Amino acid sequence: MGQLGWLVGFGANQLSSFDAAPPRRPQPWTWVSGALAAAGISGRALVIAAPAAWMTLFFLVPLAVVFGISLSVKQFGQPPFTDLLTTDSGTVQLTLHLSNYLKLIEGSTLGPNFWTQIIVFLLVGFVAFRIGRAVAKHVEPVALWAIHAVAIVAIVLLIATLYTTEFNVYLTAFLSSIRFAAISTLFAVLIGYPMAYAIARAPDRWRNILLMLVILPFWTSFLLRVYALSGFMRGEGVINQLLGTVGIPPLVMLQTDFAVYVGIVYSYLPFFVLPLYTNLVKLDPSLLEASADLGARPFRTFLSVTLPLSMSGVIAGAMLVFIPAIGEFVIPSLLGGPGTQMIGRILWDEFFAKTNWPRAAALAVTLLVIVVIPFMLMQRAQDAVVAGR
Amino acid sequence: MAKKPLLAADTRPWRDSAAKPFVRIRNVTKKFGDIAAVADVSLDIYKGELFCLLGGSGSGKSTLLRMLAGFEQPTSGRIEIDGQDMSDVPPYNRPVNMMFQSYALFPHMSVAQNIAYGLKRDGMPKAQIDQRVAELLQLVKLTGYESRKPHQLSGGQRQRVALARALAKRPKLLLLDEPLGALDKKLREETQFELVKIQETLGVTFIVVTHDQEEAMSLATRIGVMNQGEIVMVGEPTEIYEFPNSRFVANFIGSANMVEGVVTEDEPDHVRIRSDEMGTDIYVDHGVDCSPEQILWWAIRPEKIVLTRDKPAPQPGTPADANIVKGYVEDIAYLGDMTVYQVRLDNGRYIRVTKTNALRGDPDAISWDETVWASWAGSSGSVLTN
Amino acid sequence: MRRSIFLPVAATLGFLFLYAPIISLVVFSFNANRLVTVWSGFSTQSYVNLWNDPQLLPATWLSLQIAAVSATIALVLGTLCAYALVRFRRFRGRTVLRATVSASLVMPDVITGLALLLLFVGMQSLIGWPAGRGVMTIIIAHSTFCTAYIAVVVQSRLIDLDLSLEEAAMDLGATPVRVFFDVTLPIIAPALISGWLLAFTLSLDDLVIASFVSGPGSSTLPMVIFSKIRLGVAPEVNALATIIIGFVATGVLITTLLQLRRPRPAKN
Repeated sequence: MGQLGWLVGFGANQLSSFDAAPPRRPQPWTWVSGALAAAGISGRALVIAAPAAWMTLFFLVPLAVVFGISLSVKQFGQPPFTDLLTTDSGTVQLTLHLSNYLKLIEGSTLGPNFWTQIIVFLLVGFVAFRIGRAVAKHVEPVALWAIHAVAIVAIVLLIATLYTTEFNVYLTAFLSSIRFAAISTLFAVLIGYPMAYAIARAPDRWRNILLMLVILPFWTSFLLRVYALSGFMRGEGVINQLLGTVGIPPLVMLQTDFAVYVGIVYSYLPFFVLPLYTNLVKLDPSLLEASADLGARPFRTFLSVTLPLSMSGVIAGAMLVFIPAIGEFVIPSLLGGPGTQMIGRILWDEFFAKTNWPRAAALAVTLLVIVVIPFMLMQRAQDAVVAGR
Repeated sequence: MAKKPLLAADTRPWRDSAAKPFVRIRNVTKKFGDIAAVADVSLDIYKGELFCLLGGSGSGKSTLLRMLAGFEQPTSGRIEIDGQDMSDVPPYNRPVNMMFQSYALFPHMSVAQNIAYGLKRDGMPKAQIDQRVAELLQLVKLTGYESRKPHQLSGGQRQRVALARALAKRPKLLLLDEPLGALDKKLREETQFELVKIQETLGVTFIVVTHDQEEAMSLATRIGVMNQGEIVMVGEPTEIYEFPNSRFVANFIGSANMVEGVVTEDEPDHVRIRSDEMGTDIYVDHGVDCSPEQILWWAIRPEKIVLTRDKPAPQPGTPADANIVKGYVEDIAYLGDMTVYQVRLDNGRYIRVTKTNALRGDPDAISWDETVWASWAGSSGSVLTN
Repeated sequence: MRRSIFLPVAATLGFLFLYAPIISLVVFSFNANRLVTVWSGFSTQSYVNLWNDPQLLPATWLSLQIAAVSATIALVLGTLCAYALVRFRRFRGRTVLRATVSASLVMPDVITGLALLLLFVGMQSLIGWPAGRGVMTIIIAHSTFCTAYIAVVVQSRLIDLDLSLEEAAMDLGATPVRVFFDVTLPIIAPALISGWLLAFTLSLDDLVIASFVSGPGSSTLPMVIFSKIRLGVAPEVNALATIIIGFVATGVLITTLLQLRRPRPAKN
């Protein structure tokens, strides 16, 4: 990180100027800062150093350790993995195993046209991207439709590619995690948008109460809320009892993929509603009036003014659902069935049940690469767009 | 820059009792909770007018405008535009467009898209839309700015885009809410001029809401002064300034020296008022609807008082013992085009007098600490009974 | 303008979806029947069972302690972090620190937990500290991710803070440290309180990270709850959940009422 070196360097500069400093009223903190300065440490450096050192040691270093151990292999003993560095008769030997990463794809069989499909997919995606960039400035309806058509072709192609391929358990879990997260996010958007909009448009005295109702689940235990949902959906739970009173036989909901979708939407809905609400409440009502004034009916106004202007809130909220949902462990293990494979659960089992720490580490690194890094890049791009305005 | 009356004096429609008004506001009241933002307002506005609603903040002028646009529904009363009752017509079906105080330009659309927005809602063919947008951009002198986004424009340019967007659908009536409020003084003066020109070219009826009396005076064919939800006076700019009908209007428009007095002579051709506050009798050279011994107010604009070092001869028709008072120049504010004198009368009261600086650096100008005579003509002041 | 019925209806359904399970959980905590989720009469038996449970109450107490300590450590570190990021425009590693904070917010729990565990194991074999896993390692882990949350909460408050207030204090002769304690701290105090509460709640709620870094004899409340509900319905968990929800609801309600009562700045 370089903070420490900088700290020492900065402190030395401080030291030379300390003698020339005018006399100050003696106060306890003056003495403290004086003493620190005499020791070559400035207050500013201290402020930075404490959190930086902590986060480095307990966040960045552990990630490096995970990466290191993912290159090791399982062994029996304590710790249950081989050392990367071994000293054998005076020579230090570095052994890196890629087997954990190979295991992640091993056993998958590609469809006959896999590579053709992937290449066509990439080409189509590239073309769509270029067209999109080219017409972004003066968007014509026709061009928009063209982009949509190209994008749909690309998606169909991708799905076809995925369907002709047989994946091993890890890849299946990665893909189904993304599927669970994506579909749940979509439903969170559909359910959460009207809620956020209703709160934003509610009269003042109602708004605070409704907002409180959204915030309340934030402060309530996540685990207990999932538990509440499982009680609600189980075989003899409230829903089935209600269905029973109208003569419908009980539905099996718990331990199905359906329950996982409901669970993710249920748990993360407030995370979508809040950022969207903050966005919508800032929407200038005179823009809506201007739209009505120019002849747009309410729904038209929603499509052409409200929705595009709230898109950044929708994306922020959707990210807050999508990202944590991918790595989710509690929901699939409490609500899902044995067939519900999500990557968080696989990683957990790999670690606790199979004690294969290196394999778990390799899964973690892969998850990090496919989820967290794209997210951070996207956020940086978004920052750049905001700053460029 | 005031709008030149295009119509000869005798054809000004508001002076013709038989003329059919374009906008009829009948006994309109709007209550928010218990508070009446607009209280029993009735107003007629005629085709081709540039009508200004002038008032302070909270006077109800914006609420009245928003009711015309359809964003608020009157609690009671009715609004007709071009003979059609507007009660159940939603904003998107009214033949009215509005230019918002904040401009309300859609930030995610380009200038051209903003202007085309209303035309698209009407389902106009694309080629026609493009042509109309080009026309409007030319009208507001923004050709070449089609693909800019609102945040890439200056304040004055945004104002013009907002105007173009509001004019795009050729509305019969254009409502403008503080159209120049966000511009700096210099730009505001130029834009006033352009706004009037555009209004004259297109012949659209404008209703402008403003709190700036100078703006109202320079734009309007007629002004409606609003106070606490009521229209207190409607008139042409000159009437409003020179013949205010109440103490509120006299004080709100420009500045005025206002004193209380008692009627001592009440004749059909003149009135004499004794005013202890002014320290002299006031002679008014026309008849006033009042009675002897009635207490009333008299107001005079600062520029209508003449200051002289020596006692001037009485003006023809004015008695020698009225309309003249001695004072002492206590303070002077030199404003360039004119000078404001703060004159202390013998009874301790201050009056405000202005004098146009017609001579450059006049060495003989009245200065601090001089004793002066203040006098005025019998027709200069206004008698106010309420 | 006329409103359509769609929004209120959709919002009501949304809130129903959020609250129906919680309400049913609370109601069934008073159920007389222990085994089934079918209502069979009012009883407080679950609460008696909760009181006598050998695991739940000790775990609650342990979790509360861990949450309080972690939130406090995170408050100090997070505030320093936010202050450094907002007030010190340029320093080496600023981008890295910023990225670290936002990365730890989006990092899946399983990765954070695994990474810290591997770090602790490695450190133990290298320098002998921390000896074994337990309360200490949980506190370190919780302080780390809570630091990021508090940094974000405090950062947004600091950005809103008018810099001229601090400049005015400095102009009147206060040194940077004095300015921080006399001006900055009192103004950002609400953010600190809500940040601390957020950290406290997050720590109290964490199952995954704690499962990785805990050792024998240091089972936190979520771990105990998880092992109980994994097998099915546990009425004493219903009872505990009802108590927790009661506390949280009261707290949020009081805060909202206080906010409502506070005179609002005039509009326009």
